[in-house]
Amino acid sequence: MSDSDLAPNTELRRTPLYDLHRSLGARMVGFPGWDMPVQYGEGILAEHAQVRDAAGLFDVSHMGQAWLGADGDAAELLETLVPGDIRGLAPGRMRYTLLLADDGGIIDDLMVVRPPEGERLLLIVNAANAAADYAHIENILGNRASLEPAAGLGLLALQGPGAAAALARLCPAAAELGFMANARLAIDGVSCLVCRSGYSGEDGFEISVPGNRARALAERLLALPGVAPAGLGARDSLRLEAGLCLHGHDIDRSTGPVEAGLAWAIAKRRRAEGGFVGDSAVLAALAAGPKRRRVGLKPEGRRPAREGTQILDRFGMSVGAITSGGFSPTLAAPVAMGYVAAEHAEPGTALRLEVRGKAIPAAVVPLPFVAHRYHRP
Amino acid sequence: MAERKYTDEHEWIEMDGDVATVGISDYAQEQLGDIVFIELPETGKSFTQGDEAAVIESVKAASELYAPVDGEVVAINDTLVEAPETINKDAFGAGWFIRLRVTNPSQLDGLMDAEAYKTFTDGLG
Repeated sequence: MSDSDLAPNTELRRTPLYDLHRSLGARMVGFPGWDMPVQYGEGILAEHAQVRDAAGLFDVSHMGQAWLGADGDAAELLETLVPGDIRGLAPGRMRYTLLLADDGGIIDDLMVVRPPEGERLLLIVNAANAAADYAHIENILGNRASLEPAAGLGLLALQGPGAAAALARLCPAAAELGFMANARLAIDGVSCLVCRSGYSGEDGFEISVPGNRARALAERLLALPGVAPAGLGARDSLRLEAGLCLHGHDIDRSTGPVEAGLAWAIAKRRRAEGGFVGDSAVLAALAAGPKRRRVGLKPEGRRPAREGTQILDRFGMSVGAITSGGFSPTLAAPVAMGYVAAEHAEPGTALRLEVRGKAIPAAVVPLPFVAHRYHRP
Repeated sequence: MAERKYTDEHEWIEMDGDVATVGISDYAQEQLGDIVFIELPETGKSFTQGDEAAVIESVKAASELYAPVDGEVVAINDTLVEAPETINKDAFGAGWFIRLRVTNPSQLDGLMDAEAYKTFTDGLG
């Protein structure tokens, strides 16, 4: 992003959709260094329902996108940093994985996309961590790999049960993609990298588009029947209902993938072979079982329990803390995620939450709170 | 009925005799966004000015209603517990929180009138 994209009197960066957000009446907030829409006129509950019932369009251009290339196999190099099976990632496929520190802590979670042309990998990382991620990758891979931030790319997420039918009006081939597949497709004459993925628990697409065409594409998508804009507020309540981690909250350098419930992202071959940063810690946690686990919690009553809330056992002793908590619009009830000592992690366990000096009963429940509806034909 | 007055914590208060109706301003509900939980005090409870009198939780954030003046709770708006969204829809009407029997009416003189409150919120950007 060039200097001209920076507002004169603020350090907040703007996505290519900034002017569109303003014209749509968005309430803007600073979100890791970016001026982003938290909600539009209808509010978070309406935008949340829009995504569960039809389709919502999110601007996620603040996320870091970077191309990883190498003289040899970029996948082999990336595998030294992540526990996922990247070598086995076929062209046109993508995968969720983790950048780990030596002690197995999670530096960031990311999507690795192998586009159909196959050569390079597109890494999609959290905005707040992008600079640190890139430094980490370059530090370890050195000149064996080339990491090229794709600062000129916008990223739009079209999410919801109506997303495929809506996008098919502009790009019929998009509806043919399976979950976690990607293709280079022309939408309205613009070549985009279209991924069937998202962060809402619903079917949907994440569309990587040249920044200078992002606004026009967003306006075309918003004009489709059943599509309305949705902000970061709804994005957060949707991902919480879907039981998905938010880095910096549910996972961070002090949490490992096994206790976070992300062992599914550690490929079978990688468990056998190791060979990634953090492997000894992660393999030990897999063998021994974690001392604490990320769980879903349903507080009694209607009051949301927020991040940082202490989780108590029936004797009032602290057994953990909430890492994400809020109100589930779909369930019309509060929900939360947090870590508890392993002996309290079984669904059905009765615990208490210390909210404003009161101990509110809460039950451990399986995640997700709202079933995923990904496109698995 | 006397004019509506405002605090810098975005409560409104309207006197009728020695009883005041209290709520949060339209500006406050707008800033909080969708309100999903309200906890009200019991009738008979006494507050001094600035005490936390009710809890407000929106989808986004937690907040409080502070007693704008000293007083004893003589009525609460129970309907908010089941329908907290009433506050978003009608903050100055059906979305009222509590009625207080005011014990120190001179405190009202220290609150903002509508014009001063508008200037205040305009300044918040």
